[in-house]
Amino acid sequence: MTKLNLPIHSIAHARAGDKGDVSNISLIAYLDSGWRIIEKSATKEKVLEIFKHMGATKVDRYELPKLRALNFVIHSALGGGVNSSLRLDRHGKTLSSHLLHELKLPISKDLLPINSPYLKKFKD
Amino acid sequence: MPKKVFIGCGAGFSGDRFDASIPIVKEFRNISDPKYLMFEVLAERTLAIAQQYRIKNPDEGYSPFLDSYIKPIIDDCLKHNIKIISNIGAANPLGAAKRILEIAKEQKTKKPKIGVVVGDDLLEYMTNEEILESPTMEGLDFSNNQITAANVYLGAKPIAEALSKEADIVVVGRTVDSALALGPLIYEYNWKNEDLDLLGSGTICGHLLECGAQVTGAYFADPGFKDVPNLAKVGFPIAEFYQDGSFVITKPKDTGGLVSKATITEQLLYETHDPSNYLVPDVTADMSELILEDNGENRILVKGGRGKKAPQKLKATICCDNGFMGEAEISYAGPNALARAKLAGEVISERIQILGLQGQLRVEIIGGGSVHFSMDEASSYELPNDGDYRVRTSAIYPKRYQAQQMVDEVMSLYCCGPAAGGGGRGYVTPQSSTASILVNREIVSPNVQIKIL
Repeated sequence: MTKLNLPIHSIAHARAGDKGDVSNISLIAYLDSGWRIIEKSATKEKVLEIFKHMGATKVDRYELPKLRALNFVIHSALGGGVNSSLRLDRHGKTLSSHLLHELKLPISKDLLPINSPYLKKFKD
Repeated sequence: MPKKVFIGCGAGFSGDRFDASIPIVKEFRNISDPKYLMFEVLAERTLAIAQQYRIKNPDEGYSPFLDSYIKPIIDDCLKHNIKIISNIGAANPLGAAKRILEIAKEQKTKKPKIGVVVGDDLLEYMTNEEILESPTMEGLDFSNNQITAANVYLGAKPIAEALSKEADIVVVGRTVDSALALGPLIYEYNWKNEDLDLLGSGTICGHLLECGAQVTGAYFADPGFKDVPNLAKVGFPIAEFYQDGSFVITKPKDTGGLVSKATITEQLLYETHDPSNYLVPDVTADMSELILEDNGENRILVKGGRGKKAPQKLKATICCDNGFMGEAEISYAGPNALARAKLAGEVISERIQILGLQGQLRVEIIGGGSVHFSMDEASSYELPNDGDYRVRTSAIYPKRYQAQQMVDEVMSLYCCGPAAGGGGRGYVTPQSSTASILVNREIVSPNVQIKIL
């Protein structure tokens, strides 16, 4: 089956929260098949790489298989935190979208949720 | 012991929708089980600002939005025995209670009995030195700064105690957000310290409620991927809590939004670090074995919450003045807009050097992934050179005039910058930075008191 290199946004959703200079981002698979993929592929090394330019120094990763969810705790990613950061997005609320965009994986059509807009990218 | 306890959340942050609690109150009118309405309206920053108001006027320092949240619902709540629990007290819980009594009088409601929890303000019983000697968990080194606020996060027990004194309304200052729900549950079910799994479940329930509509489909919609019906009328959450520690999350009838496993999971992990060790003063909650089940339309049953021993120390947030932030923006659009925007950013950087302003200047290009990359960092988005871009610069300086100087430099681009820059805006705001410290319970406990007004 054809696989396309798609953002993980195609199979999972996410939300970012902040505490001090630490950002936490959940990554939640829509389907069981998606959970098997993110469990294997969304490593803390990859996540650290994605947030390194923001100053991230360390990533902790927690698994919640019953909820098909991962939780990444990304240290020093918020430019000092909500009260010190110079960034437009001082809380790092938009970092969930950054993760969903930057983490890319080979995805086949059958892994997408029903009616996913990504289906259009598969021509056959 | 009641079979069910209902808890609604009418606000998830300071400034949340003022009319959000009305549908919850309407729904609660026909329920005979115990019912509570919580308002979570106190962020870390909010408290430092509130302290400043209280210093200027001892009657102030409670939430500036108190009237907006309380006025629409107080009469109905008192009539239908819906108890209100809120951290609306901010830096002055007693002042908040007095204001609520005034509102009740103005509206000619029955006179409410108000329980007030005091004792979170460390400045009342710790010296600056003692506070600064406490171990720092996260945040900045404050040893050279004047502390403007220092508040310890209290737990749910003072709220439960206020309810046992028959309070209709409980007003607190700094208290851990989830305790606004856990307090009523401890009171209704008479949980003891050793009921760790129940305390854990109650904390998880409070955590799901504390950000208001973030659990009922708000902050969730991603059109085409995660659709949410009628977001403009999103219903705020209601928890239906059972004796065994399980609970349903739902929302009022005839409201928009969505309650699904996905909305619950996103909120569960929001601002959570280790899901097996979610620390609050009353318990270490464990959400790692949680199970979510469909329970009807917009109803999700949550079960499997657990708890472990409470942490030994309490967390406190301290705030200090931290200079002034200047922020300014100007737009470039049309042919070659990206190049012009970048040139503008470079000009500002050079001007700041010429002026001798010390400190980091951040330059972002709005329209070019500004929330994920500064101008100097290579954006991962493919950016067309023609388009609509807005340069944003920001910096924090010790003095207001310095921040204003930076803003003025951006405004000077009107005449001195690249071609066709427009829509310049700039402002200077005082900054308060925060750090978290750990405090021994023995210092705090004797100072926590319940006052009944």
